[in-house]
Parts: sequence; structure tokens; C-alpha cells
Amino acid sequence: MDDSRPADELANSMDGMDEVIKEFLVESNEGLDRFDRDLLALEKDRSSRELLDSVFRAIHTIKGTGGVLGYEKLVAISHVGESVLSRMRDGSLLLSPEIATALLSMADALRRIVDEIAASGTEGDTECAGVSEKLNAVLNGSKPQPKPEPKPNPVQTSSLDPEVPPRLGDILVTAQLCKPDLVETAAERQQEGDQRLLGEILVATGAVHPEAVAEGLKVQSDHRDVVSNTIRVDVALLDKVMNLVGELVLARNQVLQFTANQEDSGFLSTAQRLNLITTELQEGVMKTRMQPIGNVWNKLPRIVRDMSVGCGKRVEVEMEGADTELDKTIIEAIKDPLTHIIRNAVDHGIEMPEVRAAVGKAREGHLVLRAFHEGGQVNIEISDDGAGIATEKLKAKAVAKGFVTAEHAERMSERELLNLAFAPGLSTAEQVSNISGRGVGMDVVKTNIEKIGGTVDLQSTRGKGTLLKIKIPLTLAIIPALIVTSGGERFAIPQVSLIELVRCDGEQAGIENIHGAPVYRLRGNLLPLVDANRELQLPSQGSSGSVNIVVLQAGDRQFGLVVDEINDTEEIVVKPLSKQLKSVACFAGATIMGDGHVALILDVLGLAQMARVLCELREQALSERATAAGETTARRESWLLFRIGKGGRMAIPLSLVSRLEEFPATKIERYAGREVIQYRDQIMPLVRLAEALGYAGAAESELLQVVVYSASGRSVGLVVDEILDITDEAAEVQQIQQVKTIKGAAVIQQRVTDLLDVPALLAAQNLSGVEGAQA
Amino acid sequence: MNRRRQLCTFFLQDLYFGVEVEKVQEVIRYQEMTRIPLAPEVIAGLINLRGQIVTAIDLRRQLELTARPAGQLPMNVVVRRDDGPISLLVDEIGDVVEVEEESFENPPDTLEPRRRDFIRGVYKLKDKLLLLLETEKAVSVAGAHAA
Repeated sequence: MDDSRPADELANSMDGMDEVIKEFLVESNEGLDRFDRDLLALEKDRSSRELLDSVFRAIHTIKGTGGVLGYEKLVAISHVGESVLSRMRDGSLLLSPEIATALLSMADALRRIVDEIAASGTEGDTECAGVSEKLNAVLNGSKPQPKPEPKPNPVQTSSLDPEVPPRLGDILVTAQLCKPDLVETAAERQQEGDQRLLGEILVATGAVHPEAVAEGLKVQSDHRDVVSNTIRVDVALLDKVMNLVGELVLARNQVLQFTANQEDSGFLSTAQRLNLITTELQEGVMKTRMQPIGNVWNKLPRIVRDMSVGCGKRVEVEMEGADTELDKTIIEAIKDPLTHIIRNAVDHGIEMPEVRAAVGKAREGHLVLRAFHEGGQVNIEISDDGAGIATEKLKAKAVAKGFVTAEHAERMSERELLNLAFAPGLSTAEQVSNISGRGVGMDVVKTNIEKIGGTVDLQSTRGKGTLLKIKIPLTLAIIPALIVTSGGERFAIPQVSLIELVRCDGEQAGIENIHGAPVYRLRGNLLPLVDANRELQLPSQGSSGSVNIVVLQAGDRQFGLVVDEINDTEEIVVKPLSKQLKSVACFAGATIMGDGHVALILDVLGLAQMARVLCELREQALSERATAAGETTARRESWLLFRIGKGGRMAIPLSLVSRLEEFPATKIERYAGREVIQYRDQIMPLVRLAEALGYAGAAESELLQVVVYSASGRSVGLVVDEILDITDEAAEVQQIQQVKTIKGAAVIQQRVTDLLDVPALLAAQNLSGVEGAQA
Repeated sequence: MNRRRQLCTFFLQDLYFGVEVEKVQEVIRYQEMTRIPLAPEVIAGLINLRGQIVTAIDLRRQLELTARPAGQLPMNVVVRRDDGPISLLVDEIGDVVEVEEESFENPPDTLEPRRRDFIRGVYKLKDKLLLLLETEKAVSVAGAHAA
């Protein structure tokens, strides 16, 4: 360490010194994070030389640079750690959980010192003796004949470059091209004054083949290339650049407007190029602010390990979608909430290994982190397979602490009870641990997430585990979207909600009406339609003869949005709407289109709710309407017309129909002498109407036409021979003859049609259980 | 000692208004606007202010004045807010006027309470009255805070 100078002397030398220290601090923090990550990985895969090298390099760099800057304590501690690691490198020491813990606590000590340097400029008087002791104990305890303090390997101390690429000697040893002791001898000669390069000495002494040296040098330079691929940029600078690009876009737009009156082809093509380049520049700058969520997640395995070791649990962490990108500001904002959640899951969620084994679970608990884009939002799900949340305990505690009255608590639904977990000051942990359970945490999580406009939802099954869902808006995120025009305005629809596009030509082709609600038959299923112009109260453009349907997914439902025009797909930058517009639920934000105009982004879920496509009470409403339909006779109604047997023309109110399906005859199975079919995870009984009503001439066809009738969550399939039509008219029911299963007859579409009494039919078929409470 | 303050002034129908200069980010002429379906009536739309999306509030609507005659394009007074700028649509922009605190008076009690909310006070200028706009109220939209 001849080059090491005291820090103050360097600091005085020039202002640039601050930069060097800042750089060192940032690098050290990154290095320590990498150290943690790779050490944990190494614990799982102890044979990985690569991981071991990476861990070693991280500590070595801190020691080296710290030495240059004169941070003695940093050097002392990292030196002991390095010694332990080099013993692991030469194979005389195997990584055990104790060693890992000692090394991790060393990393923490280094972190503390680095923080102290960042805060005060000096190493401060952080107490770190315990750490060195622990490491020394590891060193001495492991080997029967402990060397005095293993002297630092000269090969590994000479570099002053902060981004240390692996040394040639290391590369050669790792690749088993050269024996470690020969490299050491060569390095010693270098130290003694040999001016030649290490490779030259090695070749000269015949320790290694010249080709091997060349190969080693190549590996080294590759590494240097990787190191120089990234640079650090201040976010404020990025923001500034982004604003400038915004201005450039406007200027570009003005230039493009001029091109309309210009005929100079040179100018036109230049303007065109300017247009393209600006667009790309804009996109590029936007993307610089995006970071994968993995950046935050990477710290979590360490936290989980520390905690699970601390409380004697075993927890496996799994991550999915770590490359899901989020805006940097959001990444920052969710860091702490995520840590809280993870702590809670390990501390309260996952049980002790013995408890797990006793209830037949794997001894090792599972913690799964999932992130994905959906509906213009980023979803983060954290699930564990632990004990779940004891709602009755939550209830008791909430009552005891006076959050709710006992009376109120009794009336609360399971879901409401679960949400008590977010109330400040509530924890069901029987023991307050040093990690969590002090009643702060989940409420902080909720407030922090809500602060950035997100939502938290908790689901828990006793004994099975807990699932925490976080939804965060994509503020500033870039998403692919479909641009549509309706009522003369452009709207962006997030691509994630988009299923398909349907275009029907001709007058209202294929669009039918169910009691005022338009539907479209999409491959045999009824797709409810929502008219964008009507829902958004936009001026109608008049029918152009064809209908554009954007099929969207909202929650577990699909619906078709009818728009005037479908334009194009584009990558859009989501910008939030001001708080004045929070009351408008059907927009998720706004974006600036390529031409500088502002377009609103549709919130598909909000729109679906507004148009009542999504409605929890839908099933209920359906059955209510069914009873109503049974009572009134001459009300205008939508009817499903079908044929059974040869000439049987029948109708049932469409409101009773949940779906129209086609099943191949081969899918029919039998249960208790009845034909059944597997439908949506249920066993659905089938009733062949022709048979049941005594019509002759039912054709045995390969494909069954089935009218699915649902009530109280159960379905019955009515097999008909042909679906004729759906019609909307007032049918006056006339009783001509008493037939139990026929309500009467009516004239529909100028023809006499039997009206089927479905409840009566089901009763006759001993299927009225389907009617449930209805009857 | 006279305390003076500078007001950025504008016209709305026959009223002469002022906003503290330090609250105004900029004044720009008519910008193309994107209407927001289903939004409260006072919100005229969104404008693109150099890459930033800004909500525009029609002050005529906000103050329950008559609608702006067709063909007359409003101007934007962009005011600074903690949560981003908001544009106020006005008929015409006036000068930046220096007023003396002595000439300030509270709005008369006879002013309808609903309108009074928008006017913090009156500066008595030589030839006319300059109304000081309550910006806080001017940018708030009924029902928007419910969430």
C-alpha cells in the first residue's frame, strides 16, 4: 500500500476529491449489496467458483480503495473478511452457515462505516471489534494448526483501480492453467522490483504456456469492457433532459406544420428525419428512468435469511417477473413497504419447521414475489404458504383496543376483518419480536402505497397462507396502448386489457339487443357491448355502416367497447391526471400523442364498472329478474327463440340465459343416470328438451346446442336442436292448454311460440335444487 | 411605508381580476384542448404545456358567469400549485399591475356568498376595481376531494 495517502491530504489537494469519495461510497454500497446477494447464492451452490470470486472481489475492492483513501478501520475489517474468503478460495475452508453469518455481519459493519463516512466524512467510532473477532474465530476455529494472521496475498493487493477486473494471476489459477504458488512467486518477484509484467515472468519461468497468458488477458479485457458499459447519471439531469425533449417535440411539431406549405424536397426529407429522430430520442429518454423491480427485490433474500436464521425458520424465496419495469420514483417509494411486508410474512406468516412438518407442509416455507403489468398498473403479489391470518384474533384485538365495537366486529365480513390488519397499532403476533409485531408496519405499508396512488389488498386462508396484492399506477411508465377514436376524440386503451378487435360490416351486423343491452355473439358466446359514445356522453358520429368492437378484459369479465374508429397501437407515456379529475373513474391518466395532442387513457376496469359490466350483484339481479319475468305477462322483453324436435318452436326470456354453448356429443358423461357435462369446473346436468317435453324427431347430432341456465351459482344445460333468434318484443302470454312445463303460448315474430317454464321443467326433472333459495 | 404587491391581471366578462404574480407560472395564448368526457363542467380540458399535461379550468364556468361567446378563444393563466400547474381560462390578459395594500378592502357583504368565496378582496384603482382572485378556491372542483 505504498500509494495510500491520508484522506485529509487528498481532500485538501483538490475539490475533485469529493467526487472520488462519493464515487467510492456509491461503489462500496453496490459492492456490499452484490456481496450479500452472491454470498447467499453461494450458500446454495457452494461449488460455484464464480460466485466465490465475485464475493471476494467485492470485499477486495472495498479494501483496496478504502486503503487508498486512508480508511483504516474499513481496511482492517475487510482484510479479515478477505482472509476468510481466500481460505475458502484455496479450499481449506468450506462455507458453513456460521461463516456466512459472520461474513454477512462483516458486510453490515462495513456498511455502517460507509454510512458514517457519507454522513460525517470520517469513519467515526463505530464499534466493529466483535465482527473481526467473529471472523478470526472462524479462521482459527476451522483449521487445526492456525497460521498466525495469514498474510495478504501479494497478488491480490496491488490494484488501485476502483473497478478491479480480475487479476491475470487469478484468472490463470481459476482456469487451472497455472498453480497458485507459481503465481505467488512471480508476484513476489514483481514486488521485489522485477519490472516485467506478471504474464511475462510466468512465461519466462516456464510456469505457464504463452497461449494461456494470452487467453487470460482476453478474459481480463472482456471484463474491463463490461465494467465500462454503464455510467452513473444524476436523476435530476435525466429529468432535465426529458423536459428538453418535450420542448423539442413541440418544436418538431411546428416544423412539421410548416412542411405542409413547402415543396422543397430537401427540406421535406430533413423534416421527416427530424420527426423520426425526435420520436426515438423521446422514447429513449423516457426509458432511462425505468428500472426493473428486481433492483429492490435483490435486497430481500438477505433480509429473509437474516430473519429466518434469527427465528430458526427455513424460508425459500422465489421471484417472478423481476424484470418488470417501474419508474424510478415508484421503485424508491415501494422499497420500505416491501421490506415491511416481507418481514411480516417471515415473522408471522411462516411457521417453525416442526409446526410445518406437523401439519404436513414442507419444513421449508415458501415466499413468492410476483410482479407484472396489468390493466395499466403494476401488480406486485407477495404470497407465503404460512399459517394465514387469524381473523378471530384480529377481531378480539381490535375490540380490545377499541377500534371497533364488539357488536360491529360480529357483523364484519371476513374481508373487512382481514383489513383490520392495516389498522395502526394492531398485531396478532403473540410475542413481540425484535423484527415485527410491535403494531407498526402494516399501517405504514398501506399509507405508503396509497401515497403513490396504489392499493393494497390482503387475502388469507387459515393454515394455507397469505396473499398480499399491491397495485400501483404506472405513473410515468411507458405502456403499449391501442389508440381509438370516438366522438371525435382519441383515447388510449392499455394493451394489457385488450383481447381482440372485431369489425362487423353492414347495418348493425351481428349486434343483438337483450332488453336494451346490446350484445354481440362472439363465437357463440354473448359479449355485452358498451358504446363508448354513449358511456362517455360524446357526440355520436352517425353510423358509418360498420361497427368496430374492441374486446376488453375487465377482471374476470369480457366486454366489447364499440368505438368509431380503431387507429393504431403506440407506446404511450402514462401521465397522471390532476386531483381535480379524481372523480372521473373511467380514465387512468393521459398521454401526449406524437403530434403533441393530449389523449386520455381509458381505465378499462373503471369503464366496465361504470357501464355495469362488472357487478358483483349480477347473478343476484339475474335471478331476481327471472322471478319478475315469471309474474308479468305482456311486458316487452328479449326472448331467445329455439327449435326442439321437428317443429317445436319455443322461447324463454333471454334474461334467464347465462350463455349459449356448443358441446361435442363426445363430452357428455353420465352421473346417476343423468347426462352431465363438465362446464367451468362444475358438473352441469343436461336436459334434452325434446325428450323431456315429448317432442319427436330430435336429431342425434355431433354438436349439442346448449342453453345454459344459471341460478344461485349452479347451471343446467338445456339441449335444444337449433337456436333460432333473439328477439325483443312484448309477448302476451295466453293459456291455451294446461301443460305443466309450458307457461303458455305467445305470438313472437308473427308465429305462435311456446313459452317454456324453466323452473317448472327443472322441478319435473328433479333438478330444482338448482333453483336454490329461489323456489 | 406603503406595502406594494404585483398582480397579474386579466378580464372575465366585465370583471377585472388579479392574481399574485408569484403564483403565476406563465401566461400563454389559446392552446388546443382535449375535452374530458364526464368531467365536472368547470374543467375545460387538458392542454399540453411543453410535455406536461395541465388541467384547464374555465373561470367563467367556475364563477358562474355567462358562457364565452362562440369564436372567442380563451387565454391561459397557468398558476403554480404544489401538485403541478393548473391553467385558468380567462377572456383576455391585462398588464402586471402594482397595487398598494392601502387600497385593499374586503369584498362587500352584499356579495352573494358563493361568489364571495372566489374573491379575496378588492383593490380600488383610480378608474376601476381590481378583484383579487382566491386561487385556492378557483382551482378546486366540487366533489374532486371526496376520493
